[in-house]
Order: sequence, then C-alpha cells, then structure tokens
Amino acid sequence: MDLDVVSDNFAFMMGGLGLTVQLAVITIVCGLMLGTLLALARLSSRVWLYWPATAYIHFFRGLPLILVIFWLYFLFPVITGKPMQAFAAAIVSFIVFEAAYFAEIIRAGIQSIPEGQSMAARASGLTGYQTVRYVILPQALRNMVPALVTQSVVIFQDTSLAYVIGLREFLRRVNLVDAREARSVELYLFAGAVYFAICSAGSLASQRLEKRRERMSLA
Amino acid sequence: MGILNYTFDWSVLWRDPYGGMLVKGILTTLQLSLLAWLIALVLGLAVGLCRVLPLRFTRLVGGAYVQVFRNTPLLVQLFFWYFAAPLLLPKPAQAWLYDNVPNYAFWAGVVALGTYTASRVAEQFRAGLMAIPRDQYRAAYATGLTTVQVYRYVIAPFALRLILPPFTTEFLTCFKNSALAMTIGVMEVTHTAYYIDSFTWHGLETTTAASAVYLCIAACITAGMAFTEKRVRIPGMIVRR
Repeated sequence: MDLDVVSDNFAFMMGGLGLTVQLAVITIVCGLMLGTLLALARLSSRVWLYWPATAYIHFFRGLPLILVIFWLYFLFPVITGKPMQAFAAAIVSFIVFEAAYFAEIIRAGIQSIPEGQSMAARASGLTGYQTVRYVILPQALRNMVPALVTQSVVIFQDTSLAYVIGLREFLRRVNLVDAREARSVELYLFAGAVYFAICSAGSLASQRLEKRRERMSLA
Repeated sequence: MGILNYTFDWSVLWRDPYGGMLVKGILTTLQLSLLAWLIALVLGLAVGLCRVLPLRFTRLVGGAYVQVFRNTPLLVQLFFWYFAAPLLLPKPAQAWLYDNVPNYAFWAGVVALGTYTASRVAEQFRAGLMAIPRDQYRAAYATGLTTVQVYRYVIAPFALRLILPPFTTEFLTCFKNSALAMTIGVMEVTHTAYYIDSFTWHGLETTTAASAVYLCIAACITAGMAFTEKRVRIPGMIVRR
C-alpha cells in the first residue's frame, strides 16, 4: 500500500467529482419531470397516452444503460446529421433511461393513495388537474420520497458509465491516473471509498425517511 | 446533411464474419450472466441468512457486505476485480494467472457481477423471510415440529414462492448489468455491437439488434417465470400480475 499516489493526484481526481455531481443532479431533476409525465400518462384512461408511456417504460427498463448510451450515440447523428457531443449523449441517455424508473416509482406512489381520496376531491368540485395537484400528488410524494432517494443514489452510481464515451468524470480520471501510475489497488479502493461515502449518506437518508413515514402513517 | 442522410445496411447483422461475432456475443452474455447468477444465489442466500441469524457477529458481517457492495458502482467493482485483485495475490499465483487464464477478463466479470448481485439477492431473501408472519413459526413449533422440520415443511415452501418474483427481477438486472463487462474487454453482445461499428460504421444497426436481443430474452424469461408463478402459487394469495 502506498497512499502517496492518491494524495499526489487527489486534486485531479476530485476535479472529476464535480462533473459526476453535475451529471447526477441534471439527470435527477430532468428525469423526475419526464418520469412524472410518464407516470401520469400511464395512469391515464386515454389509450393514446397509456400505450406509448407503457411501451416507453418497458422498453427502457428492459435495456442496459450502457447500451442506451451507445444507441443514442449512434442514432443521434443519423437524425440530425451532426456528430453528438459526449456530454450531451451521456446526459440525454441518462435522462431518458432513468425517467422510466422514476415513472414506475411515481406510479406506485400515486396508486398507494386510496381511490376514495380522488372521488372525494372530484365530489367537492375540484377539476381533474386540481385533484392531482392539490390532493393526490402531495400525499403520494410523501410516500415515494424514500424510493426516489434510493433511485437517486443508484443514478449517482450510474453516472460512472459516462466513462464509456470518454467523459472525464470521477472514475475516468481515476482510470487515467492508474494508466500513468499503475497503482490499481490503491486507486480503485480510493474510488470505491469516495462513492461509498457519498452513497451511504444517501442510503441512510432514505432509511431515515422510510422510518419516519412508517411512524407517521401509524400515528 | 440532415434528417436520415444515412444508408441502412442491415446485412451487417448476418454477413460473415459479423453474424458469427454477434451470435458469439449473445452466448457470452448468457454465459456471463448465468455464471454470475450462480455465485449470486449461493453467496446471496448465505449473506441473507447471516443477516437474520440471532448472532451479532454474523449480522454485522452480512450487513457490512450488503452496505459495501450496494453503495459502490458496479463499474468500480469490475475495475477492482480486473485491475487490482490480481495484484493482491502472491507473485507465483499472479504469474500462474497470467499464463494459464487467457480469458481472465471474463472471470473477473463473473466474480464482480456475482458478488455485486449477491448483495441484492441477500436483501430480497431477507425481505422474503421477514414477510412470513411470526404466527407461522409459532404454530409450527406448537404442533411439535423440530427447527429443521419447521423450515423444511412450513417456512421454505412459503418463502420460496414469495421470493420467486423479486428473484426474477434480480436475475434480469444481473443479465442487463452483464453489459458492463465490456469495459474490461469481455466480448459480450453490447461490446460486439460496438466493435462491429469500428469495421463497418453501422453501429446503429448493430446496437438496435443488441437491444432487440436484450428485450427478447428478458420477455422470454418474464413469460416463463409468470407461468411458473401461476403454477406454484399459494391458493388464496395474490399473484403478481
């Protein structure tokens, strides 16, 4: 063990963490928005909304993320005629992929609300939109927050896949240092430790939220 | 330049030598995910059991295993097994490895995917055991069964059927995750699709075909398991739709 290799290249490697966090945050925010729309479409009784959303979700949940990245990477230039930037390719594939997972979490959260709630809301004269916005979503969101946090931790880990199209995020930089210094044991243990620290914090938060939710629903 | 200024050539999917490469890639994907699943099942059940035993030590070890493997990306674990693990071996063992195991990348992939999936299997297994009502144990003991008999005749038939659906999901995840092995050079189907692009510039066709392969295999497994679940369902209990 020779931890000098870690401290010598610490700044360079940690510089990649910024990009990793950026990828994760953009994916979570945009993925949630797209996921909510998909979930609402999947719960809709309109066939032309239900079927495309269902097909979309099943399609992306059936594929490995890494393949989605390549597929968009090849597909995009065909449609636009311009080569795709690595960052754009990564972010777009992350968003369309993770939105499918978010959609299923959100759908389950919405379905966990008893039907009587929406009937009561409609009976009191709220419109369909108002029912969703003021009655269903606030309650459903509370139920799904733990699962959403867990999925966000998964997304944070998944951003490491941007590695394959050459984006210099955290893991790519560790890999570059390893190529120069050939100290795989120390470097990959270090990379693992950094991911572990961040992800356990997220997992712990998710468990706390879950416990609190259980207490509140019992009370 | 513009929309669809691209000549499709689907014959790269079956033309020699690319057709053969794709078939080999599909077989490698299946081999990799099945071998990893074997490790994941054995190790996952062991770790899951560790987590429910009434012993502090085993619970601590099991918990630590799950935490470490779930909170680091699979890609880091793959790199660890491929690049770092051999360096931890004594020198003669290293030399033996490099001389006698030509497809070390494949085996590193199997171990990485297996140990990673084991942490997920362990959690599902534990959740399945916890889902069994306490009364089942009490009633079984009250009728005079021994511990082995309680598990063999009451708990296992119950738990095995409860965990079948989540285990199907975990296998499919393992199957999809096998694509990550391409990063250490394993020629599974995703890598093959990407690789053929470097000769033909027809990556769009090959990645589309690879997507179809994943979706078809996943659909077959899902259909097969849905059938099995219906066959073995516990009367009176709701089966996943």
